[in-house]
Amino acid sequence: MDFITNPGFPYLSVILLTPLVGALALIFVPREEVWTIKAIAAVSTLVSLILSVLIFLAYDQTIGGMQFKEDILWIKDLGVSYSLGVDGISLPLLLLTNLIGFSAVYASWNNKDRVKEFFILLLILITGVMGTFVTRDLFIFLLFYEVVVIPIYIMVIIWGSTKRVTKEYAGMKLTIYLLIGSAFLLAGMIALYVNAYQLTGVRTMDIESLMLVPFTEHFQIIGFLLLGIGFCTLISMWPFHSWSPDGYAGAPTAVSMIHAGVLKKIGGYGLIRIGLFVLPAGAKFWAPLIAVLAVGNVVYAAVICLVQKDLKYVVGYSSVSHMGYVLIGIAALNVISINGAIAQMFAHGVMAALFFAMIGNLYEKSHTRNIPDFGGLANQVPRLAVGFMLAGLASLGLPGLASFPAEFTIFVGAFGVYQVFTIIAISGIIFTAVYILRMLGNVLFGPRQQQWDKLTDLKGPEWVPLIVLGTVLVTFGIFPYLLMDPINTGVTSLFARTGLSTVIGGGF
Amino acid sequence: MIHFAVQNSWLIPLMPAIAFAIIVFFLRRTPQASAFFSISCISVSFLLSLGVVAGVLMDPAAVESSVTWFSMPGLTVEMGTLIDPISGMMVFVVSLIALLVQIYSVGYMENDPGYSIYFAYQSLFAMSMLGLVIANNFVQMFVFWELVGLCSYLLIGFWFYKISAREAAKKAFVTNRVGDYGFLLGILFLQIIFGTLNFTDLAQIIPTYANVGLLTVIALLVFTGPIGKSGQFPLHVWLPDAMEGPTPVSALIHAATMVVAGVYLIARAFFLFAAVPTALQVIAYVGGFTALFAATIAITQNDIKRILAYSTLSQLGYMVMALGVGGLTASMFHLMTHAFFKALLFLGAGSVIHALQGKQDIWEMGGLARKMPITTKTFIIGSLALAGIFPLAGFWSKDEILLAAQSNGFTGLYLIGSLVAFLTAFYMFRLVFVAFYGQAKPNNDPHESPAVMTTPLIILGLLSVVGGLVGMPWLSTNFGSYVYFGEAHHGYSLMIMVTSTVIALMGIYLAYLMYYKKTISASAIANRFKAIYTLLYNKYYIDEIYQWGINHIVDGAGRVAYWIDLHVVDGVVNGLAKGTRQSGTILRYLQTGQTQHYGMVLVAAVVVIILLLGLLDPSLGISAWGGGN
Amino acid sequence: MTITLNHYLLLAGMLFCIGLYGALAKQNAISILMGIELMLNACVINLVAFNRFMAPNHLVGHAFGLFVIALAAAEVAVGLALVLTVYRDLLSVNIQDFDWLKW
Repeated sequence: MDFITNPGFPYLSVILLTPLVGALALIFVPREEVWTIKAIAAVSTLVSLILSVLIFLAYDQTIGGMQFKEDILWIKDLGVSYSLGVDGISLPLLLLTNLIGFSAVYASWNNKDRVKEFFILLLILITGVMGTFVTRDLFIFLLFYEVVVIPIYIMVIIWGSTKRVTKEYAGMKLTIYLLIGSAFLLAGMIALYVNAYQLTGVRTMDIESLMLVPFTEHFQIIGFLLLGIGFCTLISMWPFHSWSPDGYAGAPTAVSMIHAGVLKKIGGYGLIRIGLFVLPAGAKFWAPLIAVLAVGNVVYAAVICLVQKDLKYVVGYSSVSHMGYVLIGIAALNVISINGAIAQMFAHGVMAALFFAMIGNLYEKSHTRNIPDFGGLANQVPRLAVGFMLAGLASLGLPGLASFPAEFTIFVGAFGVYQVFTIIAISGIIFTAVYILRMLGNVLFGPRQQQWDKLTDLKGPEWVPLIVLGTVLVTFGIFPYLLMDPINTGVTSLFARTGLSTVIGGGF
Repeated sequence: MIHFAVQNSWLIPLMPAIAFAIIVFFLRRTPQASAFFSISCISVSFLLSLGVVAGVLMDPAAVESSVTWFSMPGLTVEMGTLIDPISGMMVFVVSLIALLVQIYSVGYMENDPGYSIYFAYQSLFAMSMLGLVIANNFVQMFVFWELVGLCSYLLIGFWFYKISAREAAKKAFVTNRVGDYGFLLGILFLQIIFGTLNFTDLAQIIPTYANVGLLTVIALLVFTGPIGKSGQFPLHVWLPDAMEGPTPVSALIHAATMVVAGVYLIARAFFLFAAVPTALQVIAYVGGFTALFAATIAITQNDIKRILAYSTLSQLGYMVMALGVGGLTASMFHLMTHAFFKALLFLGAGSVIHALQGKQDIWEMGGLARKMPITTKTFIIGSLALAGIFPLAGFWSKDEILLAAQSNGFTGLYLIGSLVAFLTAFYMFRLVFVAFYGQAKPNNDPHESPAVMTTPLIILGLLSVVGGLVGMPWLSTNFGSYVYFGEAHHGYSLMIMVTSTVIALMGIYLAYLMYYKKTISASAIANRFKAIYTLLYNKYYIDEIYQWGINHIVDGAGRVAYWIDLHVVDGVVNGLAKGTRQSGTILRYLQTGQTQHYGMVLVAAVVVIILLLGLLDPSLGISAWGGGN
Repeated sequence: MTITLNHYLLLAGMLFCIGLYGALAKQNAISILMGIELMLNACVINLVAFNRFMAPNHLVGHAFGLFVIALAAAEVAVGLALVLTVYRDLLSVNIQDFDWLKW
């Protein structure tokens, strides 16, 4: 790994900008050259993926903190700089983005409609999401976040599908929610920036510098409220969640994957990095409320899943439910629970993306997502069934897959702080088992149905999402320390700085 | 060799894990190779477990080793091995039964299209179960606990194209999940309070912990795990349905090994339960009730596998009851002997079903004794062992349990236990007389199963005969000298031995009269007690009650929540959007298109602003207009 | 009686109000343009008057005044052209008929 620790090489910029370069290159490819277009998209995401895996492995956990730093001063008067870096918190999410981005390209392999535009937008989207995770600057963070919104809107209304709601409705709902969220974020960030300037006399957008600013408690409470509304909308906290099922249902496969897999995690990531570590007193003030709403997320969304008929709605609501675990982990405000929350974001991202890839593949061939229409598909499409099973089992937190260590850690961390809420939230594992197994059973198992004999199983490029994401689920499930250790270095060192108590306070 | 096995017991679950991976990735298209590879791997595990048993016999002190699975400040999760007499016994039993069942499956599953994947699942199960029994902490226990649940799900639903199999698999998993919920909460409590989940550490700390009330809650929460996994009332409903899986699976998972994981968990965590007598009493009565409850259902069932399934439930209740009355030795002993004869009975039933091309109703069988001599003989041995006839395996272990109940002052449970012994003998020999000695049915053409299937039967038959001798109370060093909690227990009561044997013989005799001699008419009794018979035959309608609850309460909650989501949450959102649009439709009429209106508004606005500024800020002085300079 | 700044301002104010009334109340588009011209001229008077009385040594006000006159000429040209074009369509110069942009 020596070559990668070379401090001079801008690895993060290369990872970040390769998809964008790919998108630029695509502009010059004639639209008939479908194969070339796909190849360029695949190669550019593959380069990013490989580099981010290398970075994940090369990250030095003994030192911890921000590594692979890059700094270019951009707007001097405002203190904005293009500064990149990863620590234990953003490292898994960067890897996640690239895993899903790469898989999303392959999940869209059979797309035949306006291929060129689709992949250009997809690559821009991937860059945008990645940018939010690797930047150390608040302004750049928001900038990348805004970059994400527009491609999503266009992709939903052009390549989306209309079922319960029209794709136009879904796209608009998604976009408006994201923009309302970002409006609150903008207000909160400006407040942070101005207040920090008043307190220290330095104009800076650097998140780590902002962490050191002694904000008053009163300001922290208001600031956290603004940021919290923004981020919680993004992570689909009850009652700001209703964009999520409709949006996923309307979106094309790749967008659902990226959205449920990573975009949603920007909410949790921001809540932790900016909300929690910059405004710890504010976080402390609002944490009980977040915990209550998180329990609502878990149980409420899980029981809704029980009565859904559309595959994408099941997964959409289930992602709302799983985000409840992340939120309760964040609300518990201790090292263990936050470690768990980040690991859960990673695990859920992989799992949700795999689910959407499989659903997308099935939908492409069968033109329906209505669960009662299916049955016995394991007879005809066993490989697809394996993908569904893997995603489903990860969703219900089966040990041996990545989500179990994450959920367990969250439970341990949260249980010491909010006993009753956690007990209620954990009951979600029962409901999750019910709706996941019901869905898997009704779709995959049962007697063979003649009408589905024409379905073709996964083959060629369609394998890629299953192999990539499935491998990740199993690897991190069997060897959770691979994931937990980097996260832990990141969280522990940040906790040491904020002075929040690192141990869980047992109420016994 | 022995030392190696004890020190490297982690290899025992690893072998089948390798088999699983290799079969799934490379051997899917070569069924024979899959079976061969799977059996080779489990054989290695079995040899290693023999080494472990030998090691434990030489030195019963616990050997522990572990690696960190993941850790962070305040939480360290380990994966490790804990070899002591209890786990040594379990490793031996599990790998032995798994090996025999896999060999048997070579014959039973022949020509099944999913042959390879079947062996992959079998290996996965062996891995999970062996990992469970050598666990040295609660998390590892829970991890493998869930994995055996997964294997159970996969194997019950192995013939996934059958709707009944699909539903049974789902039911099994979900019911277990309910139990696991409590188990997980119990684990979390332990982690939060004691900061460790290691069995050895907890065994040291817990007896010194003062808050018995909380500890009772924790113990009962942990006990919900076994309630689910070991099919105790009220979460027993999944086990009879689990018989939808292939019969060797029922033998391995739903009779001999997985379902006793719950019993094993209680034994493993006995330090916790021993500290809270209230919890132990609850366990004892739950076990006793389940034993009786399931036995009463078993006497009315007609499906050969369901009879055995209810028998399993009843025997599991027995083991749990034994733990509850403080008889850890008795419980573990019964666990072991039960594994032998119940696996034997299930494999025997499988042999019958195989011979009859899938018929499972005992009334459609009959006259098998002549056509299938080996199966019949071994099946009768198993039935006698289950009924507890001297000197077969079940006799010794059942007596231990009854003795434990009686000597620890649980007279009520002792009487229940004796009643269950009577019922057990009765329903088993009802099965034997009807299926094997009843009128032969003309359209059946039974034939003895191939040697690959009968050999495991014979081995298990032998074990059912001699397996109990290791626990003979007259031996100076017996089963109880190794497996015990607190003080090793030796003792016996001739009175109990004699009465229990007599009771069992009475049960057999009654079955003989009713179903062989037919001097007592079974249907007359059934008609006489119609209400009770119907209640028993329908399993106390518990499935129906649960189904109603799921349909109306759980799904009802889902429908209500979805309604709220669509009409309240989304209602507000869409309402806001609608409000915006509607205010637009009203306000747009302000846009008259008349330039002069705009101009008028503009001028008026300027005038108003100037007046306002003047009023709010006197220094600008509207009065200045009048006065000039 | 000397003519003071206030007299100019009064004159400009009256002129502006007349122009405003014309612009807002007349129906004929040409009359409205004339009203606007009156208002512009009122402004020019103001500018020049202020320049004369407040800062006689500079010519800023005059310069602005000239600009306004040039602007007014351009504005009338554009305005009349618009009116003529609209007239071709509507055969009317009544401003109340020019409501294409309503709603």
